[in-house]
Amino acid sequence: MSVLEVKDLKKSFGKTDVLKGVSFNLEKGEVLSIIGSSGSGKTTILRCINQLETPDSGFISVGGEVFFDGNLEKENTKERRRKQLLVGLVFQDFHLFPQYNVLKNVTLAAELLAKERADYKQNKKAIHDEIIEKAKAILGKVGLSEKLTNYPCELSGGQKQRVSIARALMLEPEVLFFDEPTSALDPELTGEILKVIKSLAEENMTMVIVTHEMSFAKAVSSKVIFMDNGVIEEEGTPEEVFDNPKSQRTKEFISKFSD
Amino acid sequence: MDQALLTEVFTRLADGFVTTLEIFALTLLIALPLGLIMSFGSMSKFLPLKYAVRFLVWVVRGSPLMIQLILVFYGPGLLGQWALDLVANGNTNAVIIWLSNIGVMERFVAVIIAFSVNYACYFSEIYRGGIESIPKGQYEAGQVLGMTKTQVFFKVVLMQVVKRIIPPMSNEIITLVKDTSLARVIAVYELIWAGETFIKLKGIIWPLIATAIFYLAFSGLLTFVFGKIEKKLDYYKT
Repeated sequence: MSVLEVKDLKKSFGKTDVLKGVSFNLEKGEVLSIIGSSGSGKTTILRCINQLETPDSGFISVGGEVFFDGNLEKENTKERRRKQLLVGLVFQDFHLFPQYNVLKNVTLAAELLAKERADYKQNKKAIHDEIIEKAKAILGKVGLSEKLTNYPCELSGGQKQRVSIARALMLEPEVLFFDEPTSALDPELTGEILKVIKSLAEENMTMVIVTHEMSFAKAVSSKVIFMDNGVIEEEGTPEEVFDNPKSQRTKEFISKFSD
Repeated sequence: MDQALLTEVFTRLADGFVTTLEIFALTLLIALPLGLIMSFGSMSKFLPLKYAVRFLVWVVRGSPLMIQLILVFYGPGLLGQWALDLVANGNTNAVIIWLSNIGVMERFVAVIIAFSVNYACYFSEIYRGGIESIPKGQYEAGQVLGMTKTQVFFKVVLMQVVKRIIPPMSNEIITLVKDTSLARVIAVYELIWAGETFIKLKGIIWPLIATAIFYLAFSGLLTFVFGKIEKKLDYYKT
């Protein structure tokens, strides 16, 4: 069964139809890149799946759990939160918590979740230590072991984005989403982020990446979707989409990046 | 200058100053949390609540605190008296009978009510400004990390709001120090009254001027404390 299923997803803001019926599936361990020009609806797909926007209609499931099926009846918040943890989202602008240091940014959500555990009172210390160790390991993996006690304002853009990736990884999502993770960075800093994402791909992390980094998308993805004007204009393997695009729109878009 | 006069002046001023401090401390104690609750009201999606709170803020901020003090002090007593007269004339309406039991308000209680509501209105607007200035991304980041709305507010947003509102809050709080002198309009013996007594009693004006030193020293202390807090929160930037 697909770990992520999206069927006929529609969303409009006011009179603008941003998504006009988008469907795709993703298997465990796959990396999907979504490309397309600004305003084509890429980010809105991510926001709908991550429950930041409510779709108008369609169907979304993650890890076999139905996130949305057109039924707008209000789900209880506990259900919603439980599902929320199946997905992780890395924002374009990081959205780190400025008042906490790097380590606390990564541990905060896990600490709050741990408090809801039945055995929290007896094993407080052990649980806390475990969370700290896990966070340190993840931060080590993204190359930030030296920055644990620094505050976000003391970090470069690339370091901030790596913290925000670590923060998302901490909760072990089924699918990790990236919303243009390098768009807010100076060109010389994008490499470090792409390296981290690549290493996650090698560990078979299921990921969906909205990006403008074409050569990166080609190298890291197992599947590529080209969005245009609220619909999937073309989808396939990176070779199919980048090297032999069938649609004229795709050809035009890809050619803009090829020089 | 004789020793006895100095002692008398100092004792009286200290007396008034204690009342000033009490008004100041109790007002803050009530208005700081009340303002926060009101700010939630004024941002509520439930429109009747939102407009009720905003109407209250408009009325309270738009009219002199002195009038509010007088109304809070005399209002209930006069209402009770009016109801009592009706009852005496044979009115048996339950509400009227209930109203007729309202007696004269305690002066100090009236002062605290009027000040607390007045300052809560100002604080609520400062809180609202602070809360609304926090980028939406902070809430969204909290949500996608599985936090509840309450957790997002207390663990993510609140500290950032505090940092942003320290300067306007210190402004209001220093204004409160001096506004306490308005309590005298309903005959609550505070610092300025204490100083002024000596003009009437002994024909000397320096005790009144001396009260200014109390205010200056007190607001100096507050400026220092707020400076410390600002410095303490300086370790991060939003």
